[in-house]
Amino acid sequence: MNTAAAVAAPLDAERVRRDFPILAQQVNGHPLIYLDSAASGQRPNAVLRAVERYETHHHSNVHRGVHALSQTATEAFEGARERARRFLNARSRREIVFVRGTTEGINLVAQAFARPRFGPGDEILISGLEHHANIVPWQMVCEQTGCALKVAPIDRRGEVDLERLFGQLTARTRLVAVAHVSNALGTILPVERIVQAAHSCGALVLLDGAQAVPHTAIDVQALGCDFYAFSGHKLYGPTGIGVLFGREELLEEMPPWQGGGDMIRTVSFEKSTYNELPWKFEAGTPNISGAVGLAAAMDYLEGLGIEAVAAHEQRLLALATAELNRIPGLEIIGTAAHKAAVLSFTLRGCHPHDLGTILDSEGVAIRTGHHCAMPVMTFFDIPATARASFGCYNTEADVYALVAALGKAREVFG
Amino acid sequence: MDLKDLYRDVILDHNRQPRNFGPLENADAHADGHNPLCGDRLTVWVSLQGDRIADVHFEGKGCAISTASASLMTEAVKGKDTATVRRLYEQVHTLLTHPNTTPDASLGKLAALGGVSEFPARVKCATLCWHTLSAALDRSADAVTTE
Ligand SMILES: Cc1ncc(COP(=O)(O)O)c(C=O)c1O
Repeated sequence: MNTAAAVAAPLDAERVRRDFPILAQQVNGHPLIYLDSAASGQRPNAVLRAVERYETHHHSNVHRGVHALSQTATEAFEGARERARRFLNARSRREIVFVRGTTEGINLVAQAFARPRFGPGDEILISGLEHHANIVPWQMVCEQTGCALKVAPIDRRGEVDLERLFGQLTARTRLVAVAHVSNALGTILPVERIVQAAHSCGALVLLDGAQAVPHTAIDVQALGCDFYAFSGHKLYGPTGIGVLFGREELLEEMPPWQGGGDMIRTVSFEKSTYNELPWKFEAGTPNISGAVGLAAAMDYLEGLGIEAVAAHEQRLLALATAELNRIPGLEIIGTAAHKAAVLSFTLRGCHPHDLGTILDSEGVAIRTGHHCAMPVMTFFDIPATARASFGCYNTEADVYALVAALGKAREVFG
Repeated sequence: MDLKDLYRDVILDHNRQPRNFGPLENADAHADGHNPLCGDRLTVWVSLQGDRIADVHFEGKGCAISTASASLMTEAVKGKDTATVRRLYEQVHTLLTHPNTTPDASLGKLAALGGVSEFPARVKCATLCWHTLSAALDRSADAVTTE
């Protein structure tokens, strides 16, 4: 943890909680305890109002008209792009492509960057803890081009074996695509070191930032990565909007991905010419209100202070880890030295699916299943885990509610 | 929504001690079932005497609902002909998907699954074994017709 976290004022989670109207409800006769922010965060009033304001007063299509609304909509949309640029500390707005989410961002790089360039003999290197969104698009590229997919293994703590990963980096490696933070295990990867090692082998790096952005201030220039993808909805923003950052030189050389309106400069039946960055990659009418909501979410999170949020979540993670470790038969899956506020676990004699139902009946919302990371489940030889994840609005009381609900599960399955 | 109605004693008992568990020697057919959403996996073996299920076993890793449902199913279908088994499954399906149905007396112990209807997310857990049994029966029918 850096010193900024130590000096930042501690987060008043009770106050933060009141910014999220959805949390003030009863589920199955109990106050909702939302511990599934790693799947999707909730939205604060600031985001809900920004979207409503846009829809109520400013909506029209973007980049198309001279009338007043079209101009305000375009300003709102391009303003959101500038907001995202600042959020990532990218050099230029030309490097910020709006996409549906992390999944679409990764697929864009796979199809518009990797597919036209890679061939037999080339390798793409991922890690053993990736989300399916950072596995399947590369398998598709391998099938399309004949290049090969390599996987750097993880160890029993859920950390990527860096020595092995460095050993797998060769002159054949064209791209390293890894998570910044694992959604199934919580592991924070040492991405700076991975970027350095990859670059020194001449490979480029894509970081899947889906789970990192709500907990870490991102500086793509300091990270040195070539591509960075994330989703708005994990950041307390809307669904259906996300960002792909790509270094300008790379995006410039890449062919468009989808064809249609907005991405062109001129069209004739003989030949079309393409728009400049970043619109070359944004065919069709974009998710304008989503971008507006995402910008509001970035304002909100930075207003709280990402360091303060992270420090708060780390306190909850430490408390929850200590409390859960006291429960007989409970095993925490993912015990890396550096973790985000994600806690995967199993309870002996009680399948995760049953756990999920019992906790839900107590108003405690957790995720159960393979978390779109089936290879992680295979590695640990388990069918599924239960996963509690913490966000800026969770409190110590939520941790104790989780512990109490787990006690209930042990009663039922005693 | 009542947890006790879902996890009735019969369910917990069959989860803890599943009946007819493990591979069946000399089975005529078997099939694998997989519910990728929750990771439940099971295998069902059947041996037939004419059109009648002489014996049936299952093995798998799953939640309490899927394990208990499979265990109860094996007890319920043993000795029955395939048409009766398919009718039985229709009744079970109705029980699982319609809250507040009074289970038919012919369901016997399978009626213990009635609480599942209050938990729509769990219906798939309870039906996996029946789909798998049906696949095993289809396969044994194939084996017979190709002779
Ligand atoms: C690590 C990671 N990568 C990718 C994704 C995919 O994000 P989305 O479904 O928003 O595209 C997720 C979301 O679950 C994730 O946690």
